[in-house]
Amino acid sequence: MILGYTTFAVVVAVAAGVLAIALGLAGRKPSDLSLAGPAVLELLLLAQLVIAIVAPAAGNRPTGNPIEFYAYVVGALVIPPAAVFWALTERTRWSVVVVGVGCLAVAVMFVRMQLIWSVQGS
Amino acid sequence: MTETSVRRPKTSGPGRTLIAFYGVMTLAALVRSIVQIISDFGAAPLAILLSFLSGVVYLVATIALARPGRRAYRTAIGTIAFELVGVLVVGALSLALPAVFPFRYTVWWGFGIGYLLLPLALPVLGLLFLRSQRARFAQEA
Repeated sequence: MILGYTTFAVVVAVAAGVLAIALGLAGRKPSDLSLAGPAVLELLLLAQLVIAIVAPAAGNRPTGNPIEFYAYVVGALVIPPAAVFWALTERTRWSVVVVGVGCLAVAVMFVRMQLIWSVQGS
Repeated sequence: MTETSVRRPKTSGPGRTLIAFYGVMTLAALVRSIVQIISDFGAAPLAILLSFLSGVVYLVATIALARPGRRAYRTAIGTIAFELVGVLVVGALSLALPAVFPFRYTVWWGFGIGYLLLPLALPVLGLLFLRSQRARFAQEA
């Protein structure tokens, strides 16, 4: 796995999460601004999936458990669409906070993916 | 069913945030404990089973929080109180008996430190939320 890419994705996810939570708590309804975060994260997650498929062929093999890694990628891929869907079914400030929580969850999952991929031993 | 899904009063407002947190925890606890059951079960069967159990309890709590009515309210109180007891008891045991609980990444290990302490924070927030929503739950029954 590529540490630089993970770092970039985590920074984006935390920024999107903090932005959405701030906008939500400030009373904003779902907007292009608050929903752009999860959209970008979904693209970053798809790119992560492609990286994971291609990386072993390029000599970057996982030292951790690949099943666990893919469980995280697939689990994380579900979060942004679910958060956005929920935001659109009820357009209130709290939906924006939910989107923010989802973004932070994706940040945590990116960190876990990096750890699982590069774990030493076991 | 249609009536409640049209109104969905409890899934409005700050409760939505709580339910979202519970959904994320359910996903995290269930997926990780299932992977642990497949890959490392022999190393810490009790800790991993407890982790899986907590995932199931999170799932029930998430659904109970999202549903209206007195029964859902009682189910939510029961499951969330169970989580609070679980995280306190197992959290303390995990620090006292590291040999029985060798995995940091089980839900209740060290009061949930492997899950950003959410397992400790959520039951407290959940019970406070339920107390504040008591009248509303009863109304919807």
